Amino acid sequence: MSLLAALAVKPWLPQPPDPGRAAPRAPAAAVGLRVLLGVIAMLFALFAIALLVRARLPDWQALPWPATLWLNTGLLAASSVALQFASGSARHGRERGLRGALAAAAALALGFLAGQGWVWAQFVAAGHFVASHPAASFFYLLTGLHGLHLAGGLVALGWAAAGLAREGPGERSARRVALCATYWHFLFAVWLVLFALLASSPGTLVALGSAVGMHSH
Amino acid sequence: MSDRDLHTEPHSFWTKYVWSQDHKVIAIQYSLTAIAIGLVALVLSNLMRLQLGFPGAFDFIDPGRYYQYVTMHGMIMVVYLLTALFLGGFGNYLIPLMVGARDMVFPFLNMLSYWMYLLAVLVLVASFFVPGGPTGAGWTLYPPQAILPGTPGTEWGIVLMLVSLVIFIVAATMGGLNYVTTVLQARTRGMTLLRMPLSVWGIFVASILALFAFPALFVSGVMMLCDKLLGTSFFMPAIVSMGQPLAHGGGSPVLFQHLFWFFGHPEVYIVALPAFGIISDLISTHARKNIFGYRMMVWAIVAIGGLSFVVWAHHMYVSGMNPYFGYFFATTTLIIAVPTAIKVYNWTLTLWRGDIHLRVPMLFAIGFISTFVIGGLTGLFLGNVSVDIPLSDTYFVVAHFHMVMGVSPILAIFGGLYHWYPKITGRLLDERLGKLHFWVTFLGTYAIYMPMHYLGFLGMPRRYYAYEGYEFIPASAQDLNAFITVAALVVGVTQLVFLFNLAWSVRHGRPAGANPWGATTLEWQTPHTPPRHGNWGATMPEVHRWAYDYSVPGAARDFIPQNVPQEAGAGGEGPVWGGQV
Repeated sequence: MSLLAALAVKPWLPQPPDPGRAAPRAPAAAVGLRVLLGVIAMLFALFAIALLVRARLPDWQALPWPATLWLNTGLLAASSVALQFASGSARHGRERGLRGALAAAAALALGFLAGQGWVWAQFVAAGHFVASHPAASFFYLLTGLHGLHLAGGLVALGWAAAGLAREGPGERSARRVALCATYWHFLFAVWLVLFALLASSPGTLVALGSAVGMHSH
Repeated sequence: MSDRDLHTEPHSFWTKYVWSQDHKVIAIQYSLTAIAIGLVALVLSNLMRLQLGFPGAFDFIDPGRYYQYVTMHGMIMVVYLLTALFLGGFGNYLIPLMVGARDMVFPFLNMLSYWMYLLAVLVLVASFFVPGGPTGAGWTLYPPQAILPGTPGTEWGIVLMLVSLVIFIVAATMGGLNYVTTVLQARTRGMTLLRMPLSVWGIFVASILALFAFPALFVSGVMMLCDKLLGTSFFMPAIVSMGQPLAHGGGSPVLFQHLFWFFGHPEVYIVALPAFGIISDLISTHARKNIFGYRMMVWAIVAIGGLSFVVWAHHMYVSGMNPYFGYFFATTTLIIAVPTAIKVYNWTLTLWRGDIHLRVPMLFAIGFISTFVIGGLTGLFLGNVSVDIPLSDTYFVVAHFHMVMGVSPILAIFGGLYHWYPKITGRLLDERLGKLHFWVTFLGTYAIYMPMHYLGFLGMPRRYYAYEGYEFIPASAQDLNAFITVAALVVGVTQLVFLFNLAWSVRHGRPAGANPWGATTLEWQTPHTPPRHGNWGATMPEVHRWAYDYSVPGAARDFIPQNVPQEAGAGGEGPVWGGQV
C-alpha cells in the first residue's frame, strides 16, 4: 500500500478485515538500518554544505592529494565487494565462501582505516595540521568521522561473525551479513562523495556552492 | 525482540528497574530524569526573575551568573526536559501500548538510549561544578562569543555543554530509530496507519524530525568543539580579543547560525507535534466526541513536519543575511500557520456540543489551546521581517516563545501525566490538588507573560542583566517586573504541589481500574493495570476500528474500544456519520 493511499483511508468507515497484512512486513532490523542510513546521510550532507559555505571564504586553499587516498578507495571498494559476495554466499548456504569473504572484507576495511591513518601521518609530516587551514580541518574531521562509522560497522560485522560461529549458517546469519553489506555499500558511497569534495579545487567548490544557491557576500 | 524472551519477565531488582529493557520502565526513567533536571531549570528561571524584579537585592546574582542561568535554563528546558519527556517519556510509554506491540522493536538499544541520556544530563550538571562554571553564552551558543574570554564558562562550561549535547544526540537517535521502526513494523493486526491515535502520529512525526534535525546540532557542536579545543576556524573569524589578535581567522559565524537554526526550528515542532497529538486525544476522550477532521489532523501533522525544515532563517532576520532570504522565510513561516490553525479549529470544533467533562487532564488541554493560540498569533507578527526587526531584541520575543513553546508544551505534558498516570500506577492523581495546580499554573503563566508583551512594545531589551539609565523605559516598568517576578515565584512553588501529588498518589491515590476515563485506545484495554512485561498477556489485541468511536449513535456505551469487533459495536453498522462522505 503506497503512503498516499494509506493517508487517504477513511478510518471511521468499517474497513475490510486486516487490511494492513497483504504482504509480510520486512524485518524490523532492515527498516531500522535504512532509517539509520538516512540519519547518517543527513549528517554528512550537512557537513558537505558547511564545507561548501566555508570554501567560498577567501582563506580556502586546496589540499595536496596523496596517491595513498586512491589506494584506500580501492581497499574500501574491495571490502564492499567482498561483503556483497559474503552476503550472496550466506543466502545460498555456501559456508566456506562465506567465512573467507567475511574475513577478507574485515581485513580490507582494516586496511582502509590503516591507510587513512597513514594519510594523516603524511599530512602531519608535510605540515598540514588540523588548524593549519580550513580544508585540512575538514579533511581530518570528515575522514575521522567516516572512519568512526566504519569502525562501528566492524563491531557489527564482528557480532555477525560471532552469530555465525555460534549458530552456523542459516537465515539469521544471512540476514545479519546482508545488513552489514548494505551498511558497507552506503559508507563506500559516502566516502566517494567526501573524496570528491575534499579533492576538488577551490574553483570547483565555489561553482558547486553556486549551483545549490549559495551567494557570496 | 526475539520470540524466546517475550514472556520471561525479569525478576531481580536490577534487571527489572535499573538495567531494564521494558519500554514502560524506560519511559519512567526518562520522565523522572527529565523532571529532575527540569526542576533545576525552573529554579534557575526564578533566580533570573529575582534579579529582574528586585535588581541588586541578591548579591550572589552577578552578571556572569545571570547569563549562566539564562543559558542553562533555556537549553535544559528545550532539550533535556521537553524533548526527552515527550519522546523518551511519552513516546516510550505510549507507542508500544497504543499500536499494540509487546515492546519497542530494539529493546536493548532503547535501554542504551536512556543511559546515554542520563550521561548527557550528568555531563551537563557537572558543568555547574567546574572552574568558571557553566557556559553563559545564551542557549543558542553563538560563536565567536561562546568560546571567547569575557563570556562566562569559556574554560570548561562550553566544552561540557557541547559534549553533553553530542551525547544527547546519540541517545535521541537511538530512541528515534526505535520509535519510528516500532510504529512502522510492530503495529498489531488491524492497526493501520490511519487507525493510530493522534498521540502516536504526533510522536512518530516528531521522532522523524528529531532524527533528521539533530544532526545539524551535532555538526555545529562538533565543529565548534574543534574551534575551541583544536584551534580550527570553522566559525571563528579573525578577531582581536582583550587587545590580542587570536590565531583564528576566516571562519563564518553566520554558518553556525544557519546550522543551529536548521536544527532549532524543527526542534520547536519536535516539542509541539507530540503536544498536538496528546491534546487531540485528551480533548476527544474528555469531550466524549470523535476528533473533528481526523484525517486533516494527520495531514496537518505531516505537513507541519515537512514545512518545519524550510522556515529556520526566520530566527535570523537580524543576522545581516540577504534580505530576499528573509522574504522567502517569512512566506514559509506564514504558510506553516495554515495547518497549525486547522488543528486549533478542529480542537475547538471537537469541543463544540461535546459532552465535556472538566476533569484535570481536560482543564490542561483547554488551557493549552488558549496559550497556544496566543503564542501562535504573536508568532505571526514576528514571522514578518518588518515587524520582527524592531521587536527582535525585546521582551516581546521572550513572551512569544514562552507562550508557544514553553507554557503550551508543558501544559500538554501535565495534561498527559494526569491522563495516563492511572495506567502507569493503577491509581488516580488527587483531583483537588490537580485543580489547584492547574489554576495557579494557568492563570500564573498569563500573569507572567502577558505583561512581557507590553514591556516588549515599550522596547525593554531582552538578555540584559540590569535596566538602569535607559531613558525610553519608564520607571513604572520596574513595578511590572516586580509583579512578574512574584507571579513566577508563585507558579514555581506551586509545582511542588504537583510533585507531592505524583509521589503521594502512587500509594494513596484512588484506585483507577483499567479504564477510568472510558477511553477507546488500546493502552486502556490491557489485561493488567499497570500493564505487565509484554503488555498483552497470552494473546495480542486485534484492532477493528479507529481510535475515536465516542458517543456512537445506537451503541450501548459512549465509547467503543478499538479492539471491539465491528459487529459487536454499534449494531453492526459502524458509525452513521461515516456513510455520508
